[in-house]
Amino acid sequence: MLSKDKKAYIMLADGTIYSGFSFGAAGEKIGEIVFATGMTGYAETLTDPSYFGQIVTQTFPLIGNYGINEEDFESEKSVVSGYIVREYCDNPSNFRSKGDIDSFLKAQNVIGIYGIDTRALTKKIREHGVMNGVITTNEITNKDELLAKINAYTIKDAVKSVTISAPREYLTENKFSVVLYDYGYKYNIRRELEKRGCKVTVVPGLTPAEDVLAMKPDGIMLSNGPGDPAENVIPIENLKKLKKTDIPIFGICLGHQLMALASGAKTEKLKYGHRGANQPVKDIIGDRTFVTSQNHGYAVVNDSVPGGCGQVSHINANDGSCEGILYTDSNCFTVQFHPEACGGPHDTAYLFDEFVGRMEDK
Amino acid sequence: MALRSDIKKVLVIGSGPIVIGQAAEFDYAGSQACRALRQEGLEVVLINSNPATIMTDKNMADKVYIEPLTLEVIKKIIKMERPDSLLSTLGGQTCLTLSMQLAKDGFLDEYGVKLLGADPETIHKAEDRQAFKDTMEKIGEPCIPSKVVETVADALSYADNDIGYPVIVRPAFTLGGTGGGIAYNRDELQDISTNGLRLSPITQILVEKCISGWKEIEFEVIRDAKGNVITVCSMENFDPVGVHTGDSIVVAPALTLADKEYQMLRSAALNIITELKVEGGCNVQFALEPESFRYAVIEVNPRVSRSSALASKATGYPIAKVAAKIAIGFSLDEIVNAVTGKTYACFEPTLDYVVLKFPKWPFDKFVYAKRTLGTQMMATGEIMAIGTSFEQAMMKSVRSIELGLDSMNLPKLKKLSDDEIRERLKNVDDERSFVVFEALKRGITVDYIHEVTMIDEWFLYKLLNLVEIERQMSASELTDELYLQAKHFGYTDEAITRISGGKAIKNPRKAVYKMVDTCAGEFMAETPYFYSTYDDENEAAEFKASHTDPNKKTIIVFGSGPIRIGQGIEFDYCSVHCVWALKEMGYDAVICNNNPETVSTDFDTGDRLYFDPLTKEDVESLLLTEKPYGVVVQFGGQTAIKLTKHLVALGANILGTSADSIDAAEDRERFDELLNSCGIPRPEGGTVMEVEEAVKIADQLGYPVLMRPSYVLGGQNMIIAHSEADIREYMEIITRTKLENPVLIDKYMMGTEVEVDAICDGVDCLIPGIMEHVERAGVHSGDSISVYPSLTLTEKSRQTILSYTKKLAMALKVRGLVNIQYVVCGGEVYVIEVNPRSSRTVPYISKVTGVSMVDVATKIMLGTSLKEQGYSDGLYKKADYIAVKVPVFSFGKLHDVDTELGPEMKSTGECLGIATDYADAVFKGLVGAGYEFTKVGDSVLITVRDTDKKEVVYVAEKFERMGYKIYATSGTASYLNKNFVAANTVKRISEGHPNVMDLLDSGRIDYVVSTSAKGRSPALDSVKIRRKTVERSICCMTSMDTANAVCDILLMGKSIDDIEMVDITKI
Repeated sequence: MLSKDKKAYIMLADGTIYSGFSFGAAGEKIGEIVFATGMTGYAETLTDPSYFGQIVTQTFPLIGNYGINEEDFESEKSVVSGYIVREYCDNPSNFRSKGDIDSFLKAQNVIGIYGIDTRALTKKIREHGVMNGVITTNEITNKDELLAKINAYTIKDAVKSVTISAPREYLTENKFSVVLYDYGYKYNIRRELEKRGCKVTVVPGLTPAEDVLAMKPDGIMLSNGPGDPAENVIPIENLKKLKKTDIPIFGICLGHQLMALASGAKTEKLKYGHRGANQPVKDIIGDRTFVTSQNHGYAVVNDSVPGGCGQVSHINANDGSCEGILYTDSNCFTVQFHPEACGGPHDTAYLFDEFVGRMEDK
Repeated sequence: MALRSDIKKVLVIGSGPIVIGQAAEFDYAGSQACRALRQEGLEVVLINSNPATIMTDKNMADKVYIEPLTLEVIKKIIKMERPDSLLSTLGGQTCLTLSMQLAKDGFLDEYGVKLLGADPETIHKAEDRQAFKDTMEKIGEPCIPSKVVETVADALSYADNDIGYPVIVRPAFTLGGTGGGIAYNRDELQDISTNGLRLSPITQILVEKCISGWKEIEFEVIRDAKGNVITVCSMENFDPVGVHTGDSIVVAPALTLADKEYQMLRSAALNIITELKVEGGCNVQFALEPESFRYAVIEVNPRVSRSSALASKATGYPIAKVAAKIAIGFSLDEIVNAVTGKTYACFEPTLDYVVLKFPKWPFDKFVYAKRTLGTQMMATGEIMAIGTSFEQAMMKSVRSIELGLDSMNLPKLKKLSDDEIRERLKNVDDERSFVVFEALKRGITVDYIHEVTMIDEWFLYKLLNLVEIERQMSASELTDELYLQAKHFGYTDEAITRISGGKAIKNPRKAVYKMVDTCAGEFMAETPYFYSTYDDENEAAEFKASHTDPNKKTIIVFGSGPIRIGQGIEFDYCSVHCVWALKEMGYDAVICNNNPETVSTDFDTGDRLYFDPLTKEDVESLLLTEKPYGVVVQFGGQTAIKLTKHLVALGANILGTSADSIDAAEDRERFDELLNSCGIPRPEGGTVMEVEEAVKIADQLGYPVLMRPSYVLGGQNMIIAHSEADIREYMEIITRTKLENPVLIDKYMMGTEVEVDAICDGVDCLIPGIMEHVERAGVHSGDSISVYPSLTLTEKSRQTILSYTKKLAMALKVRGLVNIQYVVCGGEVYVIEVNPRSSRTVPYISKVTGVSMVDVATKIMLGTSLKEQGYSDGLYKKADYIAVKVPVFSFGKLHDVDTELGPEMKSTGECLGIATDYADAVFKGLVGAGYEFTKVGDSVLITVRDTDKKEVVYVAEKFERMGYKIYATSGTASYLNKNFVAANTVKRISEGHPNVMDLLDSGRIDYVVSTSAKGRSPALDSVKIRRKTVERSICCMTSMDTANAVCDILLMGKSIDDIEMVDITKI
């Protein structure tokens, strides 16, 4: 694509300015700048609620090649605070494509910037750790003032901002009824459950445990979601109650972290997180390594998992961080990665079978 | 899991001579495997008949046998060496097939040899058509529906009732699918199947559902014995299904698939490798319907392949090394990732750049070859380019492929009308990407082009971007912004200036370098592997600053680019040895090359690897970043030599022989002067730039004359012209591409050809050996059987050659290697050619004499004299062995190429025979090259030109003595009969049936001797006969000298059993 567009800028918390060109919406927005390394799945990334409050950088240089279609959405809208690419494609080609990424971002009011050396930016984040920044289509004239705002920014009320407001029941097959706690869930978690004969009721992330129990679910699914896990005081209290029952519980990503917190473990912020479709995870119990899809900035501290409640079942093969816990004090297992994929590999989808298996066993 | 305790001694089989479809990638794979095995303390025994490889170096294995790759030889070596296991998956199809045969006939069990890497069951499931179909069906993976039929009625019924139209008809056992085709309806199928069944020698055709137009997607997958599976890389073909992936432009990763399609195919690839239980690397090819999620598995290669080499270089993931470790018991989560040094091999690389592979076809050499691309691969080599955009990778590719281009504008297409361009779009040939570009330039729409070519619109729009920026550059002001965009699209400054109509570049930019790190920057990596682009940050400069001892001097070695006829793997061998020698001497050695198949482009060969085009501007940026102490051009073939003048202009220090000396050897006038001053004779001749001049000089010299362009390798476009018409035809062809240097015309002298590789330090001149060619001058040295040491030279000629060699080396001020070709004619020695650089014969002479020529030359270039290295002036002591290099051809893969040998090189590879006895060495060489010495038929066919008739009598007599019946065309037959050799006359093609072609089809002919006064054009009878021998796999000899040598060996009735196997590590 030839640079016919208006200029746009990114400024990081350390004052570094990158200039590129504007696509998507115009405007200015502050967020936490993170990078995602998947080579496909940009539509899934853009609609993944876990990116709430974040400005996403794609390390793969060509974005938008196959256009946009709603089937690939993982939630109803994009919640990213900005989108950084090296090059976007204005002539996408795919039989399912309903439009290009530029129009999509405009419609979603997401500010985009292209023409950025995303590798240099990624390396910067890698070295420095996650950084706040601003993405803007305005000239940066008030640098100091803007920097102060950038530095003051924190992602707050993340789950509250993305969870649904009232329970929603999906009428499908009903071999099992599953309550899905929506902390910012990806649609494919529901689809994977439905594929396995579950009737899913999605409930707001702050729904009291009692209300969930009143629904008499066969299983409880804890979704992924954005933000600092420790911020979610109420959900953690609810999980403490739920894990005392013998209802099978399966947690993914934020759900995994919240259950760990409810069990007395600690979470920490990773330097720059894991966001991609190529993260190797070792199943310690099965002695197998799987390639997984991931998107998280926080992790459970391995050593903090109390001995009595369970054991770390999966670790990241790259950095050894906690990727899964098998609970012995309750009918619960959780993983940090995304077995529901979208985007990314489907190699760990068998975990949904295990969850269904636990419901069958009951 | 860890190293299996029952493995101590492993036999590794290489892939043999380079042929189309099996090239240098297996030297890369085999070398990595050998190293990986030895790292674990295993004893390695290696067999490979190809001497021009790194893997057959003494230090690569404990025992190295450069012996023919036949069952007999391997059995013999297994009996001698008693290895406990055999690695079957790293030596291409050759090794896999041999391994399976050994396993099937119980030999491996009998000798207690375990098969590593692949189970016979796995191979059967992957390679047997029916077993493969059944396996895929079992796991629910769709295949392309097809059926073998023997009647037209069955073909029609299958298409009508089962699969529907269109269908592809593939006749069994016809070369390159002759007689096949696509039938869009019942009538067409009736015609095509009738024809196909008639042409198939076993009256059998395959009727297959036509999926042409589907996308072709490949995955490289790896599995270990624990069941861990990963995909290293996805690849997408620019050309839709129908063009062999080796002949297709390929991008990595796949660029037009959404995550859902990508993951669907990725999961399918993993399911397949899991079901096949492959332990190691595997390549899975899919066809994907562009308008749905429908797909079909095309093929599975349960071994390391050309695609694995590409995937390995595209990602930085060392597939061959990992596959070798898995074969001996390790699992993916135990093998350390060489890139990070901390993490493990059980991960999937993610890229932050685009990789593009472009094939190198031999059509510039074989001008009469049919250029239509199909299911039979024809490319001899390939290049890879890495860019931050598709456009950039594409533009780097067109520069790297050495067609004289720096953009997608192919000059000869300019002349065509719009209608002709539209028509040309239908041709699926080597120029299609350029035709597409030209069509877009003419305003032909993406939709139209897509409809005709079925190339995905995404690629077409990218090419349209190039059209558009070229239009902008020529139409509007060359702003900094437009200029920078052009740089991001991969244009050189020279191209920008030309396309923009000479507009000034206000702020020229130089390239910076980014790292290939397998992880898109997520982790700190230690890979010294870089490519160029136009950003601000220069990772290579940073890497150098932080990783290199500032006291070390940096030296850049320029590689040899894509493998082509005349410039093959031997130059990679030399480049790698140079780098190793430099490292050993304490220099900081950098390599720049663009060929993904090679050892030189392994990122751990040098201290740093630059994967970039070997052209002017690219080299300039590299010099600016590396600021080298010196550069080396003499090991990278003509590709590197061509850069010399430019490098000097940039102020680079050319190590070894100077640029001026290189010019003195290549510039005809200067070279003549030099010879005069040394008092050395050469065949008379002159130089010309255009056709009339050429005719005039040829008249003066008298026919026949030898014609060739200066500054080329491998006798590209070299012919013996017997008449003015030959000269006119030749000049017309050669001036199709821009003539930068003159054409040389020499008097053709028929005599014994002798070749010398020497090393000179300015004082002394070491000659490791003198080689003599079996075929007389006139057959290109690369296509001749070459014998070391020379056996027929008189002492006087030998002394003259030694003296000329020293004189020339001194006069040219050679510092390093020089290759000189002589012709000995009527007792006189003439110089034909001097090349002050490495040559094709360096690897084999190094191996057989024990003089590591490249290492010695490299040390000389940096100031260590021959004496200081322990060598003295003159001829090195004769080795205890005789080594015979026999050329290997790929005629079966190319249509309409005449197989008659001449001054233009045609062979793609070579093999070596080593023995203490001359005849044994020749025998081994011939067996290695595929000559079969078992009598199957009862006759031979002889048809030769008048000038050969006298000599062919001796050949015919020898065949007669072996009990063969002689058939000959009328002229030859009457000559033979007159000379008391009984020959039956066989009709020419035009004389009705049964004729010579029918005779060749009969299966009675074991050998053919065929020469003709005029060759090349596929319309000639003689060429048709020779092509028929290719189709029928009949041994066809086109030189009296080859024929005599082969007959002599046949008469001896030799067998491998009687001949000693030579471990060259003992030499």
